[in-house]
Amino acid sequence: MNIHQRITGDLVAAGIGFVTTVPCKQLAGVIEEVDRHPEILHVPSNKEDEGMGLCAGAWMGGRRSAIIMQNTALGVTINTLATLIQFYRMPLPMLISYRGEPGEPVACQVEMAVHTKALLAQLHIPAYHFHRQEEVEELPKVLDYTFMCSKPVAILTDASFWGGY
Amino acid sequence: MIRSEILQEIAPVLRDQLVICNIGIPSQELHAIDDQPTNFYMLGTMGLASSIGLGLALVQPKPVIVIDGDGSILTNLGTLPTIANNPAPNYILLVIDNGSYGSTGDQPTYAGRKTSLAGMARAAGCERVVECRAEETGDVLSRALEAGEATVIICKCESGNAKMPVINLDPVTIRDRFMRAAAAD
Repeated sequence: MNIHQRITGDLVAAGIGFVTTVPCKQLAGVIEEVDRHPEILHVPSNKEDEGMGLCAGAWMGGRRSAIIMQNTALGVTINTLATLIQFYRMPLPMLISYRGEPGEPVACQVEMAVHTKALLAQLHIPAYHFHRQEEVEELPKVLDYTFMCSKPVAILTDASFWGGY
Repeated sequence: MIRSEILQEIAPVLRDQLVICNIGIPSQELHAIDDQPTNFYMLGTMGLASSIGLGLALVQPKPVIVIDGDGSILTNLGTLPTIANNPAPNYILLVIDNGSYGSTGDQPTYAGRKTSLAGMARAAGCERVVECRAEETGDVLSRALEAGEATVIICKCESGNAKMPVINLDPVTIRDRFMRAAAAD
């Protein structure tokens, strides 16, 4: 079982049956697995705030949901996180590719990487940073925690986690 | 006709359905006209009513009616291709297109000028798109419920707002009672 299958399996084991994604090169493998999995309804979105709206609706309809996105999009989701996900108290696992960390070949990605943890901290969003691949062992517990406390929770996965580019 | 008059007229059709209602004055008007646990009022997050409704329609069988506005659709235009490419037969997007940003002082939107939202929905791939006059909304909405096919309704009406109180319900209360109503048999 590769890392993409393992993550997808953990999402399903946590009861997640609706996933929206906006692609990132680092996330290509997991997005492919999510799309293929028969127990997940995968609805790609055009923008991450739109995706969070889809997740909110799916969750209110009785299906646990999650978003897979890149950290550079955090800025466009601030209002949605505060006024929809947090204000109405909804659980939302956010599997985020943490671009702009060591191993990153594109300088511009660093410009949002330096704000990523600060923005999450400012929003009081619990954030878990997976740097080594074995840290994926924490994922089931983080997912359970998300649905236990009904909050958005960020799982940051960097270039080292994904094994570089 | 203005939006509040349309809502007044379609309230009997909306009453038994799951309704996701757009931010600001539309939610205040619907809340004042006919508050129901099956109404989800958006208190913030402009633009996402259509997305919330689609997520809801895709995971459960009951009809979902989204009451949206032209300004909010323009804010989240990516929603139209997502709706078209993930068709939910129980999904109805009712866009009350008054050509203005009603909640912020009736500034004109581009939908009131050269841009056609019905044309944009069709170009996005939405197959059942109905443009109607305000007076026809009730009939068009009832037919959409009977059709059992994803439908986008663009209802052209006049700009203007009714003076209604701010919604004082706690957001978690709105969400909780809505979820119970959605899950009920």
